[in-house]
Amino acid sequence: MRFVGRAPRRYWLIALGVIVFAGLPTQVTSFQSLEWAEVLIFAIVIMGLNLLVGYSGQISLGHGAFMAVGAYTTAILVHRYHVDYLLTIPIAGLLTGLVGFFLGIPALRLSPLYLALATFALAVITPSLIKRPENLTQGTQGILLAPQQPPDWASSLFAGVTGGPAMTSDQWLYYLCFIVAAALFWVAWNIVRRRPGRALMAIRDGEVAAAASGVNVAGYKTLAFGLSAFYAGVAGALYALATGFVSPDTFPVSLSFQLLVGAVIGGLGSIAGPLFGGIFTFWLPIISSQFVQTQDWIPDQVASVFKNAGPAVTYGALLILIMIFAPNGLVGLILSAYARLRSRLRGVGERTTGQLPPDPQTI
Amino acid sequence: MGPRLAAAAAFLVMAGACGSSSGGTVATDVGITSNQILLGNTISQTGAAAAYGTIANAENAYFTYINSKGGINGRKIKFVILDDAYNPAQTVPLTKQLVEQNQVFAMFSGLGTQDQTSVRDYLNTQKVPQLFVATGATTFGKDFNSNKWTLGWQPPYQGESHIYAKDVLQNHPNAKIGVLYQNDDYGQDYLKGLIDGLGDKASTMIVDKESYDVTSASPASQLAILHAKGADTVFVFAIPKPTIQSLAIITGLHWAPTIYVNSVSNVATYMKLAEKSGAKIDGAISVGYIKDPTDPQWTNDDGMKLYRQVIANCSTCDANNGFNIYGVAVAYTMVDVLTQAGSNLSRANVMKIASSQLNETNPFLLPGITVTTTSGDHFPIMQEQVIQWTGDAWHLQGSIINERGTIK
Amino acid sequence: MQEFLQQVLSGIASGGIYASLALALVLIYNAMGLVNFAQGEMAMFATFLAFTLIGRGMDYWIALPLTIAIAFVGGIVIQRVVIRPVERAPVLTLVIVTLGLATLINGLAGFFFGYLPRLFPSPFSVQTIDIFGAAASWQDLGVIAVSGVVLVLVFLMLQRTTVGLAMRAAAHNPEASRLLGIRVSWMLALGWGLASAVGAVSGIMVAPILYLEPNMMQTVIIYAFAAAVLGGIESPLGAVIGGLIVGVTVNLAGTYLPGVGGDLQLAVAFAIIIAVLVIRPNGLLGRRAMRRA
Repeated sequence: MRFVGRAPRRYWLIALGVIVFAGLPTQVTSFQSLEWAEVLIFAIVIMGLNLLVGYSGQISLGHGAFMAVGAYTTAILVHRYHVDYLLTIPIAGLLTGLVGFFLGIPALRLSPLYLALATFALAVITPSLIKRPENLTQGTQGILLAPQQPPDWASSLFAGVTGGPAMTSDQWLYYLCFIVAAALFWVAWNIVRRRPGRALMAIRDGEVAAAASGVNVAGYKTLAFGLSAFYAGVAGALYALATGFVSPDTFPVSLSFQLLVGAVIGGLGSIAGPLFGGIFTFWLPIISSQFVQTQDWIPDQVASVFKNAGPAVTYGALLILIMIFAPNGLVGLILSAYARLRSRLRGVGERTTGQLPPDPQTI
Repeated sequence: MGPRLAAAAAFLVMAGACGSSSGGTVATDVGITSNQILLGNTISQTGAAAAYGTIANAENAYFTYINSKGGINGRKIKFVILDDAYNPAQTVPLTKQLVEQNQVFAMFSGLGTQDQTSVRDYLNTQKVPQLFVATGATTFGKDFNSNKWTLGWQPPYQGESHIYAKDVLQNHPNAKIGVLYQNDDYGQDYLKGLIDGLGDKASTMIVDKESYDVTSASPASQLAILHAKGADTVFVFAIPKPTIQSLAIITGLHWAPTIYVNSVSNVATYMKLAEKSGAKIDGAISVGYIKDPTDPQWTNDDGMKLYRQVIANCSTCDANNGFNIYGVAVAYTMVDVLTQAGSNLSRANVMKIASSQLNETNPFLLPGITVTTTSGDHFPIMQEQVIQWTGDAWHLQGSIINERGTIK
Repeated sequence: MQEFLQQVLSGIASGGIYASLALALVLIYNAMGLVNFAQGEMAMFATFLAFTLIGRGMDYWIALPLTIAIAFVGGIVIQRVVIRPVERAPVLTLVIVTLGLATLINGLAGFFFGYLPRLFPSPFSVQTIDIFGAAASWQDLGVIAVSGVVLVLVFLMLQRTTVGLAMRAAAHNPEASRLLGIRVSWMLALGWGLASAVGAVSGIMVAPILYLEPNMMQTVIIYAFAAAVLGGIESPLGAVIGGLIVGVTVNLAGTYLPGVGGDLQLAVAFAIIIAVLVIRPNGLLGRRAMRRA
């Protein structure tokens, strides 16, 4: 008990988060579990993006393309070669990681802006590239996957705990995503706390200095690319399983943008950021298209434009407002609010600048 | 006619029995209450395909109109429209939301081939009607027997191409055909229909086919290739903007082939736009099945007057936008089906009527074209009429061509 | 040969379109070291304003400068209202704000003007002329000519005026510029205004060819981004040359590379651009930047 009591505050937060997410499907309906599964999938890919952008300082506007590689790997293996779907998840991750690793080599030569263009180009051409090998990808038809049924033990365990009906496939997929997400977040946390993470951050904060202190800049940057793609590939595999369908239109340019938006809104360079990012990437479009239109408390003068002009206006406006009020992402906002609160309680005039990415070890 | 009469009789009985239809032994289902029928829809209202979003608003305008007239047997239609941004990965959770949370009676007029394919299995497993999907992909009529809860509405793209093939074989048997098509299911369906329709002649008549991607700014390069390959007949299987561009570019190349324009892009406004940008399109051929709101020949038509009255219910809808009359027309069929179901508002019965008992004269379609389904045919609209651009407008050519039974 | 020439000519024509918007991207980059993803949408919106003015009966030659002036003011207003609050935030935050701005403007245009393609009047004839058997339209040539004029103006402004110098200084070293008495924040606003005005010219020039609708500039900005980067993002001349190279490469790749076809021409063009950037990491005309330590 004493040991628990002395645990740092962040462990409490983590435990709370795990309990909330583990218990979620027992409190919401089956399809809402699917929605939260997608939140976790986005959180995984954004975590990968965060490792690349937030920790190693390289920009990617093309993570939707990596998701596509992972998703199609799983879809093709399951649909065509009848490989067990659980097995396809690591395969998709590794294959995508390999693709990312090799793309990371030419990326070394490119400054951030040019890297942004290269990855952006990748995202733009992904749908038309998917359409080409029609025998493999079934072209524009897409590949439909049957829902994955939960194994008996999970199903009966779930029914036992909730005392309700058996587990649905959507709920099973949620737990699958939850377990994978928890594992990958743990891995990411360990990476950034240890040598590789410190090396990456040293590179981000100054390549010359990093190289001078003996960091293998090229090696770590390529590694970051491969690792980031691995996360995206795993997320893509889960995406294919959760939605049960992959097609070229599943991976438009806008997906890559949404992922970057999620990474920045959540907060770069932190471990909790991608979780917020996942929540926002999934919910912001839905909130813009469903929530705002039905809210009576918003004054008519404001609401009429938003209501009639549709989701795009709401989405764009919300994005700008969030960035204005939380320029370092939600984690940054929470941290600076917390710091301000503490300094007020202590009466010390200590102010955070709101400039630096939050210390990854704080949350 | 039998079931229809029965339905009409049921309607009369209902109406005669008492003013309200809440009492009695009424077969209902999820999404039906004594005074409401709940329908769901997913469509793109943001992103690159946002232009289609107005279709759902037009459909809602027709439902509003029907509701203002007392609804269907006293029940008003409530229509929930959700934005899926043309991305199947968003269509899946939104459709599940509509089915499992909003508890809709049926999905109506969901847009996009890939998007609607992504939820077809789910809706069929759940036995929720996926009615009159807004795409001409042939699979939605052809594969009815394996997806008995899914039905298309508009003429399939392949059927339209068959008509073009017939027209070419009859009027230009020695044509050297060049095809410009969009590299997705829509363009490929049109291309397949043309090749099938030309039969053994396809390989000799088609001198070249060039695809374009929606992300390209202009199809000029592809058209120059077709020109260089010596094509004297050009098929433009493209959405409106590239079609207009193509027409102008073709003339710009000092090239005067016979031009076929697909029905997706043949609204008179667009043709005039092309003319104003220098395109010479006299003699261009297309097909029609729906009345064009910008075509002066329908100014005093009853159907068009009704359309203008209906569309006034939608403040953001442009009455001259062809998408909107499409929406009103398909909503008309939906209301027709629900009306015919009368007191037996079960999902199964509504599906049965829609998929095998339709025989509707739709005031927004060209005269003579009916919306028909039988136990062996699940393509609701299979008639189209060849139209030719002469002077300043489309002119109906010959008689209505029935493509029923040609797609197996 | 005639086909080759035709492909080159129509590639140059498309290249002119990309170059015109790329110039606006270059301006913003010079002003604040950022790619503005809303540039295309701002240009589209300005073009709709011009369309409305002309539709109300205003003469083209009055509507044109008026729209450019409105776009200039609009760019400044956007900078003051939306960009300024995040001016000191990390660059990626700014990028996200421009993405949000792009979505917002696109949605507003759809709301106000609808999605039907419109014909925008052109000062140039729709006729085409023959150049060694290949056709080129006066409109395409006009776009290239106007891009050339804008290029010269932008170049002179950036290189030969005090304001241009102050703008570049403010972007490169805000702290030192402040010490020298340059009002850095207003320099950024000026950059936004100028880029917005150049974007408006681009929109008005390409609208007769691409047809005006809310998504008009979405494909253009992809190519314009590529063009600006290929040319070296800080160089106006590079943007124009980059645009022309992209336009021609796309066409020739689609026509002559076996197995590529029209649908993959963009993929090949991008591959070539990236290959060039691997060899010349700062673009064709970009100055060799010092690695930031």
